[in-house]
Amino acid sequence: MEVFQPTSLEEALEVRRRSSPVVVAGGTDLMVAVNARRERPSALLDLSRIGRLRGIRHDTGRTLVGALTTFSDLVRTPGCPPVLAAASRTVGSPQIRNRGTVGGNLATGSPAGDALPPLVALGAEVSVRSATRGTRTIPVHAFLLGPKRTALADDELIVEVSWPATDGPQLFSKVGPRNAMVIAVASVALVVDPRTRRCRLALGAVAPTVVRAAAAEALLNDALAEAGAWEQPAAEVGDDVLADVGRLAATTAEPIDDHRGTAGYRRHAVEVLSRRVAGWAVDDLRALVGGA
Amino acid sequence: MTFQVTVNGRRRTVTAGGAASLLDVLRDDLHLPGTKGACEEGECGSCTVWLDGEVVCACLVLAVQAADRDVVTIEGIGGDGRHPVQEELIRTGGIQCGFCTPGIVMAAADLLHRDAEPDEDVIREALAGNLCRCTGYTKVLDAVQAAGRRMRGQGLDA
Amino acid sequence: MSTATTPVVIPGIGADAQRPDGVAKVSGDFAYASDLWMPDLLWGATLRSPHPRARIRRIDIAGALRHAGVRAVLTIDDVPGRRTFGLLMPDQPVLADAEVRYVGEPVAIVAADHMDQARAALEQILVDYEPLEPVVDPMSAMAPGASVVHPAGNLLRHFRLRRGQHGRDDGDVVVRSVYTVGTQDQAALGLESSLAFPTRDGGIEVQAPTQWAHEDRAQLAASLALPIERVTVVVAGIGGAFGAREDLSVQLHCALLARATGRPVKMVLSREESFVGHVHRHPARMEYEHRATRAGRLTAVRARIVLDGGAYASTSPKVAGNAGAFATGPYAVDHVQVDVFAVRTNNPPNGAMRGFGATQVCFGHEAQMNRLAGELGIDPLELRRRNALRSGDVTATGQTLRGVVAVTEIVDRLATMPPPAATTVSALRRPGGTGNTTRGEGVVRGIGYALGMKAFCFTEGFDDTAEARVTLRAGEQGPVVEVRSAASEVGQGISTVQVQIARSELALATVVLLPADTTVGSAGSSSASRQTAMTGGAVRDACIAVRRQLFARAKSAGLTGHLTLDAARVHAEGGTHLSVQALLEEGPIEHTAVHRHRETTPLDPATGQGDGFVSFMFVGHRAVVDVDAELGLVRVVDLGTVQDVGLALNPQAVEGQIEGGSAQGLGLALMEEVQLDEGRVRNASFTDYLIPTAMDMPRVRSVILEHPDPDAAYGVKGAGEPPTISSGPAVVAAVEQAIGHPLPQVPVRPEHIVAARLATAGDRLTR
Repeated sequence: MEVFQPTSLEEALEVRRRSSPVVVAGGTDLMVAVNARRERPSALLDLSRIGRLRGIRHDTGRTLVGALTTFSDLVRTPGCPPVLAAASRTVGSPQIRNRGTVGGNLATGSPAGDALPPLVALGAEVSVRSATRGTRTIPVHAFLLGPKRTALADDELIVEVSWPATDGPQLFSKVGPRNAMVIAVASVALVVDPRTRRCRLALGAVAPTVVRAAAAEALLNDALAEAGAWEQPAAEVGDDVLADVGRLAATTAEPIDDHRGTAGYRRHAVEVLSRRVAGWAVDDLRALVGGA
Repeated sequence: MTFQVTVNGRRRTVTAGGAASLLDVLRDDLHLPGTKGACEEGECGSCTVWLDGEVVCACLVLAVQAADRDVVTIEGIGGDGRHPVQEELIRTGGIQCGFCTPGIVMAAADLLHRDAEPDEDVIREALAGNLCRCTGYTKVLDAVQAAGRRMRGQGLDA
Repeated sequence: MSTATTPVVIPGIGADAQRPDGVAKVSGDFAYASDLWMPDLLWGATLRSPHPRARIRRIDIAGALRHAGVRAVLTIDDVPGRRTFGLLMPDQPVLADAEVRYVGEPVAIVAADHMDQARAALEQILVDYEPLEPVVDPMSAMAPGASVVHPAGNLLRHFRLRRGQHGRDDGDVVVRSVYTVGTQDQAALGLESSLAFPTRDGGIEVQAPTQWAHEDRAQLAASLALPIERVTVVVAGIGGAFGAREDLSVQLHCALLARATGRPVKMVLSREESFVGHVHRHPARMEYEHRATRAGRLTAVRARIVLDGGAYASTSPKVAGNAGAFATGPYAVDHVQVDVFAVRTNNPPNGAMRGFGATQVCFGHEAQMNRLAGELGIDPLELRRRNALRSGDVTATGQTLRGVVAVTEIVDRLATMPPPAATTVSALRRPGGTGNTTRGEGVVRGIGYALGMKAFCFTEGFDDTAEARVTLRAGEQGPVVEVRSAASEVGQGISTVQVQIARSELALATVVLLPADTTVGSAGSSSASRQTAMTGGAVRDACIAVRRQLFARAKSAGLTGHLTLDAARVHAEGGTHLSVQALLEEGPIEHTAVHRHRETTPLDPATGQGDGFVSFMFVGHRAVVDVDAELGLVRVVDLGTVQDVGLALNPQAVEGQIEGGSAQGLGLALMEEVQLDEGRVRNASFTDYLIPTAMDMPRVRSVILEHPDPDAAYGVKGAGEPPTISSGPAVVAAVEQAIGHPLPQVPVRPEHIVAARLATAGDRLTR
């Protein structure tokens, strides 16, 4: 088996163009399959030496994260948005977080990938590039097509993911059957953007791909606006409204039964988590507005 | 593929098949069997080693990805003597069958180098990826806390 | 690398002692079975059945034989001796014989130069299967006219216990319920592995992580058609056992390949393969009926328990006996009617796991006691106190309890156990851990208690023994004691205890524990919480005999009167002494002792009555949990336990066993289950078979009681299994108390908690 280990993105793209070998970065998904002999690649493209693809930077109002940025990088970097840092912290163990990458999470495209609901909630876009067709930018929710299916072409590589910088309340919440080292049975990511006065609520592990709970978002947007929550620190949003946010979010989910959880439980978990994060967001917004 | 990797301070030359993991290479080619394989999917932490100063599961690292990098295994963590974590695990009884022990030593030593005074919650989170079936973790926690105190030059009963 | 221990000065019995293998284990030097290596080694791999039930029409190995590096491909017809094996009855084919009866059943084995070649060659073996309709539900397997899974019949055992009068319906209150306990995997970190090689005398040596070297040896000899003396079994380094290493796994396959190729052969299973490579804990369906007076005195208990034995017998009949004998728990009941059925199905075989039947029924009898307490309005601990077995009471199997019976004391100590420290619950300690699922909302706290009971040593008249050899010789720097037994060190610390005993009995500093193998007589199994009592007893007996011979030499050399041994000298009254080293100049002193426990008898097949158990162990747990009732997530905040161990020869090691065993009970209560779908394991990995992590398991506060057993060496009682027996039921009881609703299905999943809570609220969990 041949292993390519380019040190530049251009080199990597050329390899990808020529023979489209299986790509490996942190290996936390691929090596599980290789060790179990479920995957036997005839060639591998190892991206781990392309240092330029790793890191978080800020540029013209956007935050940009290189594809090889690890979950540990995200947890440790102060400039990382809280929703993404919180999700990163739930990924496996320190050993996994030191290797798993944002690009890998995107490329694997599992609806349970922990970084994905935060990226969708941040309104992120993926930059992918090929040797011949250059760069294209795809919103994350459009990049993820189905369970482990993405819009990445065979000659493309993920370069980075980016979103408009935002500093409002952000929440991530994930349910699993034990207190650590779990694949999400259900997860939610909520980003509240004071600049646009909009919320984005993304659901993980409860549909073929990460979904936006649009109806729940609309209700929450209206409730925040009505309560004057964007300006007044004493704004109140009623428990009944939060409960409705939860119920609406649950209707967006299309969960399945599998050995990790039942569809009914997943839908219920989404309802509870959505209601709770919405309530916490209201509290956090109140503190933000009050403290500003 | 033939490549070089520094293991426990020594530069070694390795020839490994394409799909081999760092764990395979350490155990089979470099004859360092202290790093254990128990799940082959990064869930149990028995294969924990340091790669360029960070804890990783060796079973998930493609061997060639370690080329020109720095690897430390359980055989190298003690230096000339034994790391305080190793001493304390013996003293507190935090070893029973011992299969998870090398991985726990590597993960705990890494934690103590980053955080000199970790509280119990921090230790638990740092060891969440090291499964132990024998001890229930209580004496392992005791050992890590005691090792931390040792490293800070305090007495064993702080 | 080796498993040999280095001579260390460790204390005698009763003190915390460090493991003799601790340095090796902590340095990565300890040789586990999976680390073994020899020059010229071949690697073995196993072809396993993909069907839960099928006839084998044909096996074509030609393609595999042609594969690069392959040295042998074997099927059942290559077995020279007995074609079947098994712990209690040899009912399992060494390799599938015309039929496969479970997914994962070994069909053929391959030896090749490299592991990759062996595994690739498996794919070249063509097996023509005729799939048959599998029987995967034990209830169906019991029904009249059920398809017969095995020629020996579907019923592995019907254990019957009848005490007092049958069909009594007095008692003011009756509580009935059905409980289920799922299949638990031992999930030892070490994987099944073995190394076998031909020996010069035409025999075979097998190095394996076995719980019972001599039992392996007997089965190996039978199937290899070799006389026992030409089969040697060496206990290789064991990475945990918990019952998974009592039945043969890869040892015989390795030996067959070694015999066929004339070379050493090693086999190591993958984790996925391991899930079908060893037996699991029997899942159980338990129907219980408890009757009691208004004053809270049990009058009658009835139970009907069905255990899924899987395709082959393993130890199912004994597990059934244990489940039945302890189905009522540590309580005095005059009228008992228990039926336990161990049944064959086309599921993977089930067998021994820590607790051995007593674990499953503990969920049943403790939940029943809690329901009764609720019905009667009596505090759950008080109800247990009123019914606790006491010294002189008669057990459900008709045995009179001798010595101190600690049940009441356990209840009292649990009742007065201090509450967990009332610190602010940090975010990481909430249910859900790092998942950030709650900031406190929806979280309720619950407390639960459970008591458990089991016997130590083998049961129902098995009457096992343990042998140990102690040699006292003159070393270069002074006298050296060498202790040799075949006792398997599985992590529990039997190696440490043997050294401590020799240290205490011979008062000498340098004690070396030799490797465990079949060159010494059987130590019996490292299971049934028996090893400290039995091998400990044998080591003690041998030391005492050695000491007696040493004193005889001292008397011949002129010492008179009462002699004592201290600090490498034999002392006489009046101050004269002789050095032990000098007394050994004429040669070493050696003694081999075979230790027996008191006689037991089989239980009456119609009534389950008899003097069937050597002695009993009693334990109790208290669990404090925080439950996020809306999401069904549980955090065990505090786990406390009280256990009577007779005498703690190594208190630190006893604590370790208690802490680890409690974790296994917590796992069974909340997260562990081998999930089967038409006989196929759905979750054969650590990703989906979940065991507690450091973030799931709280500290365990242990109260160790020491009421010496009247018969056992040093008064020790077994310690290894009780922690796994009452821990899970206490956790379940705590969750039930938190949400105010029964949870009769174990493991308790978030779905169950949510459904129970919604049911209480009048809602239902909708799709």
